[in-house]
Amino acid sequence: MTDLSSFSDYLSLAAPHLLPGARVTADDSARMDVPHGTTIVALTCSGGIVMAGDRRATMGNVIAQRDIEKVFRADSHSVVGIAGAAGIAIELVRLFQVELEHYEKIEGVSLSLDGKANRLATLLRANLPLAMQGLAVVPLYGGYDQIRGLGRIFSYDVTGGRYEERDHHAVGSGSLFARGSLKKLFSPNLDRHDAIQVAVEALIDAADDDSATGGPDLSRRIYPVVALADRDGVHIIGDDELVPVIQSVVDARQTRPDGPIARIGRAKGGDA
Amino acid sequence: MSSPYYVSPEQFMKDRADYARKGIARGRSVVVVQYEGGILFVAENPSRALHKVSEIYDRIAFAAVGKYNEFESLRVAGVRLADMRGYAYARSDVTVRSLANAYAQSLGAIFTEGQKPLEVEIVVAEVGATPDLDQMYRLTFDGSVADEQHYVSMGGSSESVLTSLQTSWRSGMDFDAALRVAVQALSTEDSESAPRTLVPSQLEVAFLDRTKPGRAFQRVSSESLAGIIAE
Repeated sequence: MTDLSSFSDYLSLAAPHLLPGARVTADDSARMDVPHGTTIVALTCSGGIVMAGDRRATMGNVIAQRDIEKVFRADSHSVVGIAGAAGIAIELVRLFQVELEHYEKIEGVSLSLDGKANRLATLLRANLPLAMQGLAVVPLYGGYDQIRGLGRIFSYDVTGGRYEERDHHAVGSGSLFARGSLKKLFSPNLDRHDAIQVAVEALIDAADDDSATGGPDLSRRIYPVVALADRDGVHIIGDDELVPVIQSVVDARQTRPDGPIARIGRAKGGDA
Repeated sequence: MSSPYYVSPEQFMKDRADYARKGIARGRSVVVVQYEGGILFVAENPSRALHKVSEIYDRIAFAAVGKYNEFESLRVAGVRLADMRGYAYARSDVTVRSLANAYAQSLGAIFTEGQKPLEVEIVVAEVGATPDLDQMYRLTFDGSVADEQHYVSMGGSSESVLTSLQTSWRSGMDFDAALRVAVQALSTEDSESAPRTLVPSQLEVAFLDRTKPGRAFQRVSSESLAGIIAE
């Protein structure tokens, strides 16, 4: 007996060939070179979470796409960002979006944020065989928990393991650098502007040291996708709000290329 | 030894149709009314959990009268069909016409082949960019489809409801006017002389908002209903 409210369970019965993991694969030695998405960062802020992703997809040494979008609205109050094999990841996000909407329509209420995070883990688990062949997908999920009234962030591993993160997290090839940056710049209850700035700083720090992560492309006007989820729902931050933040971060780095300095010693507090 | 007796196909179908009609007439009516900003659905339904009106897809909604368990399974099938289509193709490829066709096929098959016909009547409607592009299909228990214009009423003793809609519906009405027209029509049901008074807690109201991009379906709470109906 399948779960009547789950679209993916229904799909696995009615049209299994449409599932993201349902690919005929060659043997392990046949590794394909496909576009990979890179860095996603997320952090909690006052009343919600901010998630941001750079716009680059790479295929080996080649930049496969400069304006790929890797942060998506999952439903009214949550967002999902993806790193890894771009084709499978985007398909997985589409399935996840339909899964949440389907449940909401059938049952008349939305899943809890924990329920949504668990569904994403289930969908991811089905992709494990492909992950073993180098087509791994690693999402980052976050949203506003309407029951608890706060923003929460969840990370995953390729086996579908789900881990709730405190304060902030990053995934993808540039995530090590982004995490270091987030650690130094984060403070609890950042306001909207500062949270967006911290996310942008972390992405620029990732782009600084990871060749697969793209920084803001000011000449082509390609900027990171930044999303905010709070009590009022998901907002994709528009260029009118985002560009001034990016411009000020980029300007500040003209004089200090490594970004804000964290003060230690007698001076108290950070410099974010 | 008893011999099998003969029932003519006409009589067989008529018996089934009568059976279905009787079941449907037991419930209260639902009206669907087109207005300038979208399509309005009003049902007399005291339950807040068991809906007669529901969302199917971005621009498509479903309304039903009759046996709850039967139309509920039709609704779920509709949501599945729509989500499946939207996932396999694209969101804009989900149309009310294909949905109405699918419903017609299954209702027709159940009417002729099933143990008993479904005691339901449903409307599926899709809101368009302008009122001219709105589509409303009414499907009856035997699988017949009617392409409706402006307003639909179904269930219960819907003749008086329909008469009321015919006299009071005008094109270009705003939401509040459409709601009053719909509630007035429902209040004529089962009343010989004076119309009944319907209070907001007896009504289930939802609409497809033409101006809202994406998922257009919204419910109206009974608190916000009170002000509009009282005027």
